[in-house]
Amino acid sequence: MHVPDGFLDVPTSAATAVVAAAGIAVALRGSRSELDERSAPLAGLTATFVFAAQMINFPVAAGTSGHLLGGALAAVLVGPWTATLCLSVVLIVQALLFADGGITAVGTNIVLMALVGVWVGWGVFRLTRAALPKRRTMIPVASALGAFVSVPAAALTFAALFAAGGAVPVEPATLFMAMGSVHLLIGLGEAVITWMVVSAVVGVRPDLVHGARPLAFAAPLIITEGAPA
Amino acid sequence: MKTAALLRRSRVQWVAGLVVALLLAGGISHHASSSPDGLQHVATETGFSDTATEHVAADGPLADYRVAGVTDDRLSGGLAGVVGTGVVLVLASGLTWALHRPRPRTAGAPRDAGTSQDPGTP
Repeated sequence: MHVPDGFLDVPTSAATAVVAAAGIAVALRGSRSELDERSAPLAGLTATFVFAAQMINFPVAAGTSGHLLGGALAAVLVGPWTATLCLSVVLIVQALLFADGGITAVGTNIVLMALVGVWVGWGVFRLTRAALPKRRTMIPVASALGAFVSVPAAALTFAALFAAGGAVPVEPATLFMAMGSVHLLIGLGEAVITWMVVSAVVGVRPDLVHGARPLAFAAPLIITEGAPA
Repeated sequence: MKTAALLRRSRVQWVAGLVVALLLAGGISHHASSSPDGLQHVATETGFSDTATEHVAADGPLADYRVAGVTDDRLSGGLAGVVGTGVVLVLASGLTWALHRPRPRTAGAPRDAGTSQDPGTP
């Protein structure tokens, strides 16, 4: 998904850079409500895990691969504002250190993965969580659906950007179809990985999972000083 | 020492998470698919892949997840993954720690649920 230099023209790249900067600025404020001394270490670890998992390309169809984007995963674990920051850190490190994603395309990649990926994933997660029974086992299911939708959403956003400001003219319908279909398959992989990781974390530390907080009233998880030994 | 035990358990879990990330980036990444990703595939298919320009850091010491000068493929990729994992860990942990809101020191006090939840949470 990492867009290299040159795909998008200068005005479009500049515009996405402005949107990315604005998004990060808002996320820096928003994340303060999500981060406390218990969630901050998990947030750093979440960004680290997303970086590592993005190195694992899995085959999706003949001659094509995909990897976790991690937006929905990070949003469920640490909250969407913090997830925006986590993904942005990952994308900036990848572009500067590993030449993965163009320097002039950093803004575009942040828009696609740290904004669209995170917030579409989070939105679908929230809607699904509201529709499902209020049980802890439903959190990974809602996360997986959010993850599944977030990938084609990011892919179609790229198609829209390319249709508006791509380096060469392409038939928009062809591009939307091609990007959408491949990334539906990658979205399945995203959903499976997200389901596994959220299941694991919810199983061990449900109290730390941001997306599981509304369920805390049903199953008190915070151990107080007075608890029996 | 209940709280000490909890803190210790949290640390063990955190280290376990980090070990998983290091295994992924440092070892399992060697076995990742090297096929073009979805975007590259579509760019080739649709005919705009050659509009990509050379990355300014393409000759950097860690470009393309390879450590420059290390010829062994597995070692080069694994080292690059471990370095990247460390860099992201330091930057992301530093940022989130700098932004975090300290809690009152009273142990067992209920969290201020009103502000820590999202607006509109059911």
